[in-house]
Amino acid sequence: MGIRTLVAMLAAALAVIGILATQAGYSLFMPGLLQGAMLTVEIAVLGALLALVMGVLAALVRLYGPAPLRWLATVYVEIFRGTSALVQLFWLFFVLPQFGVSLDAFPVAVMALGLNVGAYGSEVVRGAILSVARGQWEGCTALNMSRAQMLRRVILPQAFVAMIPPWGNLFIELLKSTSLVSLITLSDLAFKAQQMNQNTFKTIPIFTLVLLMYLAMSLVLTIGMRLLERRASAGLARGRAA
Amino acid sequence: MIWDWNFTLEILPVLAHAAIVSVEATLIGFVLAATLGLVLAVVRIAVPWTGWTISVLVELIRSTPLLIQIFFIYFVFPKFGLVLDAFTAGVLAIGIHYAAYCSEVYRAGFDNIHRGQWEASIALNLSAWTTFRDIIIPQAIPPIVPALGNYLVALFKETPLLSAIAVMELMQAAKIIGSETFRYTEPITLVGLFFLAMSLVSAVLIRALERLLNRRTMR
Repeated sequence: MGIRTLVAMLAAALAVIGILATQAGYSLFMPGLLQGAMLTVEIAVLGALLALVMGVLAALVRLYGPAPLRWLATVYVEIFRGTSALVQLFWLFFVLPQFGVSLDAFPVAVMALGLNVGAYGSEVVRGAILSVARGQWEGCTALNMSRAQMLRRVILPQAFVAMIPPWGNLFIELLKSTSLVSLITLSDLAFKAQQMNQNTFKTIPIFTLVLLMYLAMSLVLTIGMRLLERRASAGLARGRAA
Repeated sequence: MIWDWNFTLEILPVLAHAAIVSVEATLIGFVLAATLGLVLAVVRIAVPWTGWTISVLVELIRSTPLLIQIFFIYFVFPKFGLVLDAFTAGVLAIGIHYAAYCSEVYRAGFDNIHRGQWEASIALNLSAWTTFRDIIIPQAIPPIVPALGNYLVALFKETPLLSAIAVMELMQAAKIIGSETFRYTEPITLVGLFFLAMSLVSAVLIRALERLLNRRTMR
């Protein structure tokens, strides 16, 4: 879908939220829902940072690490990709305390979502690194670059461009997954919706607003990643031409 | 003691029973997703003016969390007189959510069909229905089977969300065992292991299927 259509959809979503917010039946839910949305954004941002770190780390270890670490990284990726996010969330929340590690719901949420998306992300990073043309690697060898120099100066800058679209999709998944944290008592947007629904039974206004809010957040993310992609690949095209 | 084997053996039948519900939800949900996704993709080609509407609809479904969609169908539909039980509402939500993803996969499959195939069908005066059934779909589906398979696995891993509306699937069973006995370690770990095992097995199956299809199309 073109970036213009996405921007139009975002404008429409925000306009509908704005109009609904002035209606009597809707306005009383706005403060609570916005408060929930703040927490959703917080968890999504921290989770995304953790996912990026884990993704890059696991990918590099799997490609270049010593055997035991490589094995460990593979187990991490397989476990977090092979089980569902909700199971991981519950495991960290309910089972980890049995081993003497008691964490609050917030760090557990960030950890579970970050580790989950990081596992998928490591495959993205690995794929992007391996997709850099062979000649580039050979050129680095010919120039007698060390492995660190090769990665930092030649391979990663090119792999970075290829990583942007799949990471964008993963961040959308992450944003949507934040709704799961409502099930471990964090009062994010989904939790607020559930709570207000149980108190007031005003189901239609509440869930309409919540869907629109998630939509707006996803669209902001999608548009942002598109712009980043455009910027990054524009640099690459220039580099090639020169 | 952190892990109790006797307790594990005791809860295993309960979890096995709940696993059947999870698998049922997965299969019904996927059939719904695959069918509805195909319908969306075909309508988009057959009736060009729906293209914009369908892509906005797909974007809407893909941009909002499945959990909220489950709540929406379970809590909002009754306000319009459509009361669904938890299992039906949940499976419907999962099916519609993944139909949006599947429709994009089918679209990619259709886009890969060479234009000449469409033109030849017109030249042979085949009806739109015959063209789709006998020419396009048999060529478009095999290459996208692995992608659909990946969505089947992804869908399976989303079924624990049904526990949020109290469907008695694996996660819900584990939570109930946990709250009754105050032992969460065994039930939740077992659920995790079950999902891990199923995912690894299906990854192998998808790879085998991919190889089989490649061999057939290479010939």
